[in-house]
This record gives sequence, C-alpha cells and structure tokens, in this order.
Amino acid sequence: MKCRVCRGKAVIAVRRHNANFCRSHFLEHVRRQVERTIDDYKMFGSDDRLVLGVSGGKDSLALWDILTGLGYRVDGVYLHLGIGEYSSESLTLSQRFALTRNLRLEVVDLTVEYGFAVPEAAAASHRTPCSACGLSKRYSLNKVAAERGYDVLVMGHNLDDEAATLFSNVLGWNVEYLGRQHPVLPSTEDGLCKKVKPLIRVAERETAAYAILAGIDYEVEECPMAAGNTINRYKEWLNRLEEQSPGIKANFLFGFLERGSPLFEVSDDIALRICSNCGQPTTGDVCAFCRLQQVTISRRQDG
Amino acid sequence: MKVILRNPRREVELEGVRRVAEVFRRLELVPESYLVIKSGELVTSDEPVSDEDVLELRPVISGG
Repeated sequence: MKCRVCRGKAVIAVRRHNANFCRSHFLEHVRRQVERTIDDYKMFGSDDRLVLGVSGGKDSLALWDILTGLGYRVDGVYLHLGIGEYSSESLTLSQRFALTRNLRLEVVDLTVEYGFAVPEAAAASHRTPCSACGLSKRYSLNKVAAERGYDVLVMGHNLDDEAATLFSNVLGWNVEYLGRQHPVLPSTEDGLCKKVKPLIRVAERETAAYAILAGIDYEVEECPMAAGNTINRYKEWLNRLEEQSPGIKANFLFGFLERGSPLFEVSDDIALRICSNCGQPTTGDVCAFCRLQQVTISRRQDG
Repeated sequence: MKVILRNPRREVELEGVRRVAEVFRRLELVPESYLVIKSGELVTSDEPVSDEDVLELRPVISGG
C-alpha cells in the first residue's frame, strides 16, 4: 500500500477515508482532524486555560501531544484510582511524558484526597468498577478544573468511545444520557467546567497508531478491572460492523450529533443544586460521588 | 511465525502465512481492533510475512 499523499510506503490504512498514509502524513492527518473538530464545535481558543484529563493511555497522551503541537498551552491532571500496579505504571508513564516535554501535571490521589480507591468503592456500592471509576473521574476532574480556574476541561474520548456509549444508550433508550452526549458541554454557574472532546473524529485504532508513530510510551495493558466490560464488548461488535461497512461508526455517531441529538435535548428546567456535603453541583441533595464515598467508608467501618 | 498477543499476553505459532491479512483470518480476529507491529514498525494488511517473522498484534480497545 502507498501513502495517499506522497506515494511512499504506507504504515496504516484508514478505510473509512479510503486512504493509506505513511508515518508523517498520518500524523499530519490526525492533527488536522483534531484541529477541524476544535474549530467546528468552537471548543476553545488560544487564550483559554486548558486542562486535560490524563490517564497514561494512548488517547490522552496522543491528545496532549497533538494539542501542544498545535500551539495550545495545556496542563494535565492525573487521577490515581488505586488499581494496584496498573495505576502506578500509568502514573509513571504520564509523569515521564510531562517531564520530557516540560508540561505541568497535577496528580490527585483518590485514596489520599477522598479516603477510598476504585476497587473498594465498586465492591461496597455494588457498582461495576467502570461505573465507580467513571463517576470518580467526572467528579474529581471537574472539581480540579473548576477550583483551579481553568476555562475548559479537555477529555480524550475517541470516536469508538463515543460510538460505543451511544450504542449502549440507544440499546437501553437512556434518553436523559442521549440528551447529554455532545462533544461540548457548556460551563454552568453552579460549578460545572466546560468540557470538550476533540478526539471524536479519530478512531481508537488511529489514536493508538498516532501514539506509536509519534514515539509516545503509553499504557498498553488493559485495566485489570475493565476486562470484558460492556462498553469494550460493544466496541468489538461495532468493529465487526466497521470491517463490513467502513465508516459505519462515524456515520452512527455524527448522524446522531447532527440529526438525532436535538430530539433528546435536555430541558434547562433541570436546575442543578449544590451538594449539601461537598458543595459541588448535583441534581439531588447529596451528590452521587459523596454517596459513593459514604457507602464505601461505612461498609469498611461495619467490617 | 511467532504472533504475540496481549490482554492476556500470549504467543501463537503459525506456519505458511504469506500476508498480514491472513494472520487475522487464521486467528479469527477483527483487524479493526488491532495494529500490527513487525520489527518495531507498523505494517498494513498487505505486508508480506514469512515463518521467521515475529508479529505483535497490539489491541487498540481500551476501557474508561
């Protein structure tokens, strides 16, 4: 296979674009996709203070590389989830990435800051580990972004993440979640930081290829708690469809964003309140994260 | 040929494979879920391979 641009030897085929690329033209292609997404969705400008949720995986580190390459100043925040060696290794990789590129990375340790880790919280609350982890990430990353005065919280969700989440929400007709699935969530007066997802035009296979080709050392091992989880299963099924019909994942997601999403828009009437325990925004009296923390600590005390 | 798989890490021996695409057919894996690394370089599905090669099939799906 030959590169679409220079006719040199291709290292990757992107079938939905009917294109093959050599190393340098693939890196350029991905950067252009991200640049276009930032512009199309008016995600942020060069004056905005940006903070990126960093996990040590391919998506967040590739995105950090891309955004700094495009000239944005982006700090990172890493949430230590307390998942044994997996967490220690991904922290080391994140710190090494930041150090070698002279980038600022803040580390928040769930155990130090809130007194529990994801495995214990999942067991105590009867949530799946991915659910307890997702809730902890949404809460802590937003809190750091809002408290430190960042304008925008940037997340590394890719095309496959978004397509699989959409697939899951359609299968369960979770209309409230469908109404909130958008690449840009605006800030609110009660403490939610603006949140954006600039990687939604880049497939998971392409973010991994970007990381490898850009020489980024990322966490290759899968989280031991996520093995076989539902979203990963949906991704595998969507990839089977993609093999037969290249472009079907992008059509599914972008068709929804253009034509489906407006039908599920959440009314502004749902006023957010302030959590009576921590002061963060919530729809109830005590926020879901504080409830998770309380049930985990009380189960421990009960022995 | 030696094929290295991950999550969990394991190795599979294949004989008489001529192209990368055939590795996926033999192992019944979905190419969209993997990248293929040969001698430290990413390669496409039409890459010729021989019994002496070592291929890493790097999974791209990750949770979270």
